Amino acid sequence: MIEIENVHKSFGPLEVLKGIDLTVKKGEVVTIIGGSGSGKSTLLTCINGLETIASGRVVIDGTDVHAKGTDLNKLRQKVGIVFQQWNAFPHLTVLENVMLAPRKVLGLSKEKAEEIAVKQLTHVGLAEKLGVYPNRMSGGQQQRMAIARALAMSPTYMLFDEVTSALDPMLVGEVLDTLRMLASEGMTMICVTHEMKFAREVSDRVAFFHQGIMAEIAPPEQLFDAPQHTETKKFLAATH
Amino acid sequence: MFSYTFHWNQAFRALPQMLDGALVTLEIALLSMAIGLALAIALTLFRLSGNRALSGIATAWVEVARNTPALFQIYMAHFGLGNFGIHLSPFTALLAGIAFNNAGYLAENFRGALKAIPDTQTRAGRSLGMSSLQAFRYIVLPQMLRIAFLPATNQMVWAILMTSLGVTVSMNSDLAGVTQELNARSFRTFEFFALAAVIYYVIAKVVTLAARLLAARMFRY
Repeated sequence: MIEIENVHKSFGPLEVLKGIDLTVKKGEVVTIIGGSGSGKSTLLTCINGLETIASGRVVIDGTDVHAKGTDLNKLRQKVGIVFQQWNAFPHLTVLENVMLAPRKVLGLSKEKAEEIAVKQLTHVGLAEKLGVYPNRMSGGQQQRMAIARALAMSPTYMLFDEVTSALDPMLVGEVLDTLRMLASEGMTMICVTHEMKFAREVSDRVAFFHQGIMAEIAPPEQLFDAPQHTETKKFLAATH
Repeated sequence: MFSYTFHWNQAFRALPQMLDGALVTLEIALLSMAIGLALAIALTLFRLSGNRALSGIATAWVEVARNTPALFQIYMAHFGLGNFGIHLSPFTALLAGIAFNNAGYLAENFRGALKAIPDTQTRAGRSLGMSSLQAFRYIVLPQMLRIAFLPATNQMVWAILMTSLGVTVSMNSDLAGVTQELNARSFRTFEFFALAAVIYYVIAKVVTLAARLLAARMFRY
């Protein structure tokens, strides 16, 4: 379970998170929507400790992420994250990209790491690309590789930060299909997204962020069809 | 007006001697690169350390090495240090001067390579549970080496050519030194220096070509 309690976060004088409370249970899919600068992406990086927080708590399966002495490297094995920019490691083949962390972080043998990598890459539809270098692939393929790379660590939770925002419209579908598949398999996911149709389909709950505040959170039917908050209404009217 | 008669035979007879000199040239260049690389890594770490004194030393080194004549750097190692009672042999002085120069250029080269790799690469590694050291070792460093490799090759060629400055500190066993002595004995300046130039050219080309082949093998992406 991911418990986010009254999290505040500032970049210099700019407060980007103004007291966020959110609990995500195992198996749940929560999507976060909202305008640019609303703090949605920042929240994800605070969840796995890539960013520090000013106050509040993030607790993952009982571990306080931002407490002193928390082994973040260990925690991150449990919480995978995929970014808008897929950050493929250009000097490694697709297979090596996915094998790297299982080998160096989990200390698995080459054979075992390869077995896991092949399995995950097959899962995201890249079985044909094992020996290829990332720069030979489309953005959509690289993004699916990044998803496989995170999954190879067998995370309990997956965070997706606008994973389709940097893609050609033609390539968005294949990545969303991969996320849909993960959701249907019961992966616990928090997705920041601008894809409203996708959010409506896969989410158990949808959260709307506005200026560092979670203005509204509700099941998708309710949030999309009967939004309560004025800002949610404005946002949905503008994006539809 | 053009009454000079070429005597190429005399130059060709001296070829074995000159090739021996070429080996010494290559030896100095390789040693100066090895020392320069080690120093450049140290200077790069100094600059990254955040320690003012260390990064000050590194910056001063890079500035002087890159903005003063290589000839002066070698002179200083031989005659300059001599004033303080430190007497380096021509070989050591030449090696020290070139290594000093190499370290300055290579450190700057490393800095550029490091800057060229986006922070997001490290972030991606960290998000997979790697320590910062692991992320550097397995993600940043290999990419850095690729970027730095060809400029480092240029520096190697430059080091080979710089060895010829050794004649100014009475270095007489390298290719330039041997050539200069042969010239002094025969006054066949054009023939000897033309032949020496061809040898320098061939060495430089072979080094460049070998580096390209090596790069193609090492960096396949």
